[in-house]
Amino acid sequence: MNHNIWDPLHECLERKDLERLQLERLRSTLERVAKVPCYKDKFSESGISPGDIHSLDDMAKLPFTTKEDLRQNYPYGMFAVPMRDVVRIHSSSGTTGKPTVVGYSRKDLDDWSGLVARFMTAAGVLPDDIVHIAFGYGLFTGAFGLHYGAELIGSAVIPMSGGNTERQIMILKDYEATALVCTPSYALTLADRIEKMGHDPRTYLSLKVGLFGGEPWSEGLRREIEERLNIVATDNYGLSEIVGPGVAGECLCKKGMHIFEDHFIPEIIDPETGKVLPHGEKGELVLTNIVQEAIPLIRYRTRDITRLHYDKCDCGRTMVRMEKTMGRSDDMLIIKGVNVFPTQIEEVLFQVEGCEPHYQLIVEREGTLDTLEVQVEVNENIFFDEMRKQRAFVEMLEKRLATNIGLHAKIKLVEPSAMPRHEGKANRIIDKRNK
Amino acid sequence: MKVEQISIFIENKSGRLAEVARVLGEKGVNIRALSLADTSDFGILRLLVDNTDIAQTTLKENGFTVNKTEVVAVEVPDEPGGLCNILQVLDDAQVNVEYMYAFVERNAGNAVIIFRFDDVDNAIAVLNEKGVSILSGEKLYSL
Repeated sequence: MNHNIWDPLHECLERKDLERLQLERLRSTLERVAKVPCYKDKFSESGISPGDIHSLDDMAKLPFTTKEDLRQNYPYGMFAVPMRDVVRIHSSSGTTGKPTVVGYSRKDLDDWSGLVARFMTAAGVLPDDIVHIAFGYGLFTGAFGLHYGAELIGSAVIPMSGGNTERQIMILKDYEATALVCTPSYALTLADRIEKMGHDPRTYLSLKVGLFGGEPWSEGLRREIEERLNIVATDNYGLSEIVGPGVAGECLCKKGMHIFEDHFIPEIIDPETGKVLPHGEKGELVLTNIVQEAIPLIRYRTRDITRLHYDKCDCGRTMVRMEKTMGRSDDMLIIKGVNVFPTQIEEVLFQVEGCEPHYQLIVEREGTLDTLEVQVEVNENIFFDEMRKQRAFVEMLEKRLATNIGLHAKIKLVEPSAMPRHEGKANRIIDKRNK
Repeated sequence: MKVEQISIFIENKSGRLAEVARVLGEKGVNIRALSLADTSDFGILRLLVDNTDIAQTTLKENGFTVNKTEVVAVEVPDEPGGLCNILQVLDDAQVNVEYMYAFVERNAGNAVIIFRFDDVDNAIAVLNEKGVSILSGEKLYSL
């Protein structure tokens, strides 16, 4: 048995057995949510009852759930169990309106810990590891999710929480943490600070693995983190509405994140039409929660754009793999009919030595033609005294972008700090076209 | 005999050049010579100043992207044919000029030509061999 698999019984199920389990769990979940007023209305509006679902293909008949549904039923309207069965409450940040509130029963918390233990184990975390958690502890699901997962594995957990970078580094160093949990951008902040302190971040700490999540990141950023901190950097995926971290996570093959399909049924839809797309196509990820008790969501539209791979992974897990999210369906730009995501452009910029990912996309319409301008902040590494070299650099970037996104974009070099710096989610796009 | 020059990335929008001049002026940095190469989007401003280090630090602190490069300052008589003689020497030795700019000395009646070569050391050797007068940094900054 492979010691890198936490729950081999479920993670390595034959697909037909998995699908049988999924259908069973889906039907039982539908029976339970049918009593939730929101779903009662949704089901009757679409003229469907849980009894009409006889196969996984029938799922397409079920209505979607959106963030708007959670907001309208704020705070507890979507809960499928009475409050006495709820033992934990988390919520999203609520940056774009009312926060979305989620609850967990005792069993939900145990299940959640198990899911996190799965991807932490897949990334190489073992009972003798010391796990430093630098996510903020609070309503956000990140810190608690990883905390309980690591404890279930038997690792020693340092519940550091966020902020105070110098103290973080002192604790990381002195307590000899071997696994780091934070956002990928914070991992770079740590490396920067260690360098500023005059140490080599590759040897200063005892870290061997990083588990990063909470924001989308490119392969370029992964390489940078791995090199600068001398660790294995892995990705995991989750959203508070579904469970938090633990929906999917990478194994060491690093060929996408295994979605734990015995708990969640993934679908890929066309974000415009809502139609389910064939296997392997890129689109919006829709998740159905088939195990949760407190707030199981049916066909929840994540808004995250990705692609699913059903071919077998070398690690032995049979669970489908999702690619790193390429952006959000509300972030996707359609320029001259081509789908463009800011992360694709970031990836190209990262491949260029010395090019920092401070950039902004300006979309305009000249006559009937869309234009895309990528403003890139100049720094000393990409600034050349000779105009010839500076022009050649711009042309090289334009060529690479054209190859990678299939669209000509004009590169415009701008002075540093010309763009607003954002805490948290950056707004990279200025779309000046008339909608 | 190389001379330090600073190059500054300047976005093509109003006030940026004035901003460079303002922050340098406030620090008491005097500009000896300058040249500006520009495209429709951005420009590269090259400066010879009396204190390169202070100029570089000050500009960086004010958010500018600055590089330090080495150029060669050549002195030629300020008379017809003066420039041509130098360029001929360089051409004969197949020394490639990346860019150049010039100014006229106030008293001595000479012109000073600033050259950026892709191979600085070779260029200096060629110029020395032909007895061309190369100015040191100290001399240039105090002109």
